[in-house]
Amino acid sequence: MKILVPVKRVVDPEKANQVVISEDRSRIDSQGLGWKPNPFDEYAVEAALRLLEDRGTNEMRGEVLVVSLGPDEAIQQIRWCLAMGAHQGILVKAEDEALDASVVARTLASLVRKESPDLVLMGKQTVDGESNQTAQILAEILGWPQATFAGRISAPADLSRATVTREVDGGTIDITVRFPAVISVDVRIVTPEGVDNHVSSRDKPYEEGPRYASLRGIMRAKKIPVRTYEMEDLGVDTERLVNTLSFAAPPGRKAGVILETVEELVQKLKEEARVI
Amino acid sequence: MDNILIVAQILDGRVKKGTHSAVTFASRVAKASGGTYTILALGSDLSGQTDALSRLGAEKVLVAEAADLDQALAERWAPIIEDVVKEGRYRIIVSPSSTTAKDVLPRLSHRLKAGMASDVIGVTFQESGVRLLRPLYAGNVNATVEIVTDIKVITVRQTEFAPFEPLESQSAIEKIDVPPPPELLKRIEFNSFDKSVSERPDLTEARVVVSGGRGLKSSENFRIIEELADLLGGAVGATRAAVDSGFMHNDFQVGQTGKIVAPDLYVAVGLSGAIQHVAGMKSSKVIVAINRDEDAPIFQVADYGIVADLFKAVPLMIEEIKKRGD
Repeated sequence: MKILVPVKRVVDPEKANQVVISEDRSRIDSQGLGWKPNPFDEYAVEAALRLLEDRGTNEMRGEVLVVSLGPDEAIQQIRWCLAMGAHQGILVKAEDEALDASVVARTLASLVRKESPDLVLMGKQTVDGESNQTAQILAEILGWPQATFAGRISAPADLSRATVTREVDGGTIDITVRFPAVISVDVRIVTPEGVDNHVSSRDKPYEEGPRYASLRGIMRAKKIPVRTYEMEDLGVDTERLVNTLSFAAPPGRKAGVILETVEELVQKLKEEARVI
Repeated sequence: MDNILIVAQILDGRVKKGTHSAVTFASRVAKASGGTYTILALGSDLSGQTDALSRLGAEKVLVAEAADLDQALAERWAPIIEDVVKEGRYRIIVSPSSTTAKDVLPRLSHRLKAGMASDVIGVTFQESGVRLLRPLYAGNVNATVEIVTDIKVITVRQTEFAPFEPLESQSAIEKIDVPPPPELLKRIEFNSFDKSVSERPDLTEARVVVSGGRGLKSSENFRIIEELADLLGGAVGATRAAVDSGFMHNDFQVGQTGKIVAPDLYVAVGLSGAIQHVAGMKSSKVIVAINRDEDAPIFQVADYGIVADLFKAVPLMIEEIKKRGD
C-alpha cells in the first residue's frame, strides 16, 4: 500500500494576522513569521501513518510519499513529515504565485500516474489560500472516487477500501470508497478515534493531534533523499485558470469597551446596540 | 451577456438561506451583464421546495429528481450539472459555500475546463468581466481575483450577500431528464446521513449566536450557553476546542474550518478568540465577549467585553435579561 500525501508550506497559522500587504498591493509579505506545513496536510500525514501502522509491532504495511510544490526551502516541511515517519519525499519546484488549485491538481495527477499510489490523502484546504478545491479536482482528473472533509476513516485490514465519516452541513455522512481514491481530511481526523485500521491494538490509544517527530525520526529523515522535479519534467500544463490581481486588508473592527457589570452590558445591548 | 446557473442549497427539506444569497449575487451579475439567471435543484423529491424556488426571480427553475440524488455524491451530481450547463450555455455557475457545493463544484469545474473561486465575499464589474473578492489567511487578507476561463464556477459566502427577498411572481418550473449514474459510482457506497439534531434556529441563519469554548469545561456546562441562546431566540455555536473535547457536535463549530456566521449579536463565552475562530464570526454586527482572562484576544474584536468568571456572569446575564424583559 502506498499513500501519497501532498503537503504545502504555509505561513505559521498562528501568525496569519501578522502578514503585511506590500504598498503596491501585489504581494503578501510574511518575512520573519516562519513556515509550517499546512495543518490540514500535517493531519493527512498523521492519518496516513495511522492507516498503515500496527501500533503493537510498529510494523508499517506500506509507504507514505510526501509531495510538496514550492520553492527549494519547502524541503524543510517535507523533512518535517519524513521525521514524523513518512518514507519518501518529492519536491516539485514552483513559486506560489504561479499556482492555482487547478495547476496543483494537474501536477499531482501527473505524479500519481508516475508513482501509482493506492490512495491520496490530503488536507481539505490550505490555511492561506483556503480554496478547498485541489482534492476534488484531482479526483476528477484521475476518475477516482472522493471522500472530502473526513473526520474519521475506518479501513479493513486488507486496505482495499475505507469507510469515511464526512463532516458536512447538518451532520455527518458515511460513505465507503474503494481504492484508489482521494480522501481530504478535516480536523477531527487527528482525535484519538480518528483512524481505525483494524490492525492496531485499541489498548494503546493515540494522543490528540499529529505526532511529534522523535529524535530517531529526525535522524532517519536526514538520510532520506528528497527527489526534486521541475514542472516541465512532469509534462504539466501550467496555465492558470484563476489570476490574483491584488491584495487588500479587510476592514478592521473598531475597538470596543470593557464593561464593569453584567447589568451595564444588558442595558447597552438593549439601548445602545439594540440587538436584544 | 452572462447567463448564470444557481445550484440551490436544500437541506432537510428546506431551501436554505444561502440559496437566497447566491440569488442576490446572481441578480447583481445578471443586471450588470444583461443576462439572466436560472436555478437548478437536485434531490429525490423536490415537490415541497419548488414553490419557494420559483419565487426567486429566476428565468426558470430546473428540477432534477432521482431516487439517489439526496445523497449529493459529487461523482453523481457533477455530470448532471455539467449537462445542464452545456445545454443552457451558462457562463457562470454559482452556489452558496455549503459543504455540498465545496464537494461538488471543484469536480464540476474540471469537467467544464472552468476556473473556480471559493467563498466569494464581493463582486465588481469591469469591461473584461467580473472581479471577485475572496478572503485568505483566515480572513486577514482579501484578494481580488479574476477567473480567466469562459465558464466560471463560484461559491459565495452567504454572510456577505443579503438574502434575496422572495417575489409574488413565479418562475416557470421545468423537470429535466436525469442521466443514469456513471460507472464510477460502483466504487462508492452511500451508507448513512447522521443528522445533528437541534430545535434551535440554524447557526448560519440565526439573528443571535451564543458560542462556548474550552472554558465551559464540559458538555453539561453548555446548558448555560443553551439557556442564554434560547432566551434570545438564538443558535448555539462552539469553538474547535470545544468540539474536539466532545462538548458539542461538529456541526456547531464556528470558525475557519467550520461555519462562517454573521448574526446581529454574537456572544463569545469562555473562548480565547483564536485566529481560526475569529475568522468565522468577525463579520457579526455586535460582538460580546465574556472571559476571565483580560488578555484574551477575543476582546480585540469585541464591542462589549466582560472580564469575569463565565459561570457567574452568564447566569447573571440571563437573570438581567429576564428582569428587563418584563
